[in-house]
Amino acid sequence: MSEPTALGLSARTGGVMVAFTIVFTALMAFTYGATKDQIDASAAEEKMKLISEVLPPASYDNLLLDDYAALGPTRELGLDNGGRVYRARQAGQPAALILETTAPDGYSGRIDLIVAVRADGSVSGVRAVTQRETPGLGDYIDPKKDKDKKAPWITQFTGLEAARLPQCKVKKDGGDIAYHTGATISARAVTNAVARAARYAADNQNRLFAAPSGSTL
Amino acid sequence: MDTQAYREIAWNGIWKQNCGIVQILGLCPILAISTNIVNAVSLGLATILVMAMANLVIAALRNFIPYEIRIPVFILIIAALVTVVDLAFNAYLHELYLVLGIFIPLIVTNCIVLARVEAFAAKNEPGGSTVDGIAMGIGLTLVLAVLGAMREVVGSGTLLSGIDMLIPGAQPIVLFGADYPGFLIAILPPGAFIALGCLIAGRNWIEARKQARARANPPAPSAPADAPAEPA
Repeated sequence: MSEPTALGLSARTGGVMVAFTIVFTALMAFTYGATKDQIDASAAEEKMKLISEVLPPASYDNLLLDDYAALGPTRELGLDNGGRVYRARQAGQPAALILETTAPDGYSGRIDLIVAVRADGSVSGVRAVTQRETPGLGDYIDPKKDKDKKAPWITQFTGLEAARLPQCKVKKDGGDIAYHTGATISARAVTNAVARAARYAADNQNRLFAAPSGSTL
Repeated sequence: MDTQAYREIAWNGIWKQNCGIVQILGLCPILAISTNIVNAVSLGLATILVMAMANLVIAALRNFIPYEIRIPVFILIIAALVTVVDLAFNAYLHELYLVLGIFIPLIVTNCIVLARVEAFAAKNEPGGSTVDGIAMGIGLTLVLAVLGAMREVVGSGTLLSGIDMLIPGAQPIVLFGADYPGFLIAILPPGAFIALGCLIAGRNWIEARKQARARANPPAPSAPADAPAEPA
């Protein structure tokens, strides 16, 4: 067998590379197709579970995940790339808005939150969706990481009335919200984001509830 | 391959060539994830799975992969396998995915997988290669578990926090009471370097003692000398 030429070697290895790429891309595409429905169902279920933590399922009767308005980039909510507002309704009447919002000023970057604001302007509940705060220090904003299992920090916002919203600041800034010493920044970022979201919901309530489902504002 | 050879491979992966504290490979995920024992072991388990699969597939295909382009093909195969594992976990083992999910994509960035594929699977049979992948993964998991435990105890004063994600209802062990102020450096990356350094030192100490004892009592001439493992 003679020594292969450079051209022959390139063609052969190139051909093998292309063959491997096609085979393994096909494998990934097949897996993606086979798992997509299942994954979407799990993601929706997970989202409903999270929403049920901020808004009791008994307080609305519509199909929440199908009743939403898409927001473009919204500075008040810290959304650079837009997000969604889910509209909870009871017997057709506005019950609550569930807003996706981002605190841009966490200690380790952005903290994504969902905030449920009732039609009367009070905060129904808040949960962190994604956060990268320092483990064991600032991550108590996520109730799963909070050492206080009986009254996690974030439940301070549960049922916060509209009249108390001006005091929705950490105590260091003259407000009502307690925080852990040495980890003010995480708590302040979340608290301010909640206050902003509540104000945005109150200011835009009619517009948000009136928008057709699935439309972009 | 006989049982003796498999045992050799397993011992290599777990102790002699342990990828965490001898080869010092894959520092990025090791240092990032070992803030507590549950996260650390979760990453270890995901790594075992991916390493076993990557070694098996590549050992099986090794005769079809031209030597000149082996590295890109390895990377292609590893990335594709990790994607398939990620999707399959997300779809069919969703509860487990919620715990391990964030770790699976991290494994692509782990050079241990590529290193074992290149150093072992590309030259050996699928059976031995799978054992090598599993043994290397177990070695890494043990290092991660010890590192995670050290950092968690010192840094947060707890053990097994987050265990309720794996076993619902299980409670973490609080060692120093609820008012333990924490020791931040153990949780931050410098603490990971210090703890890993202690582990490497500990292993070297054990090896050095073993050698000193072997020198003091020279083994029978027939026994092979146990050469010290060189860091890669």
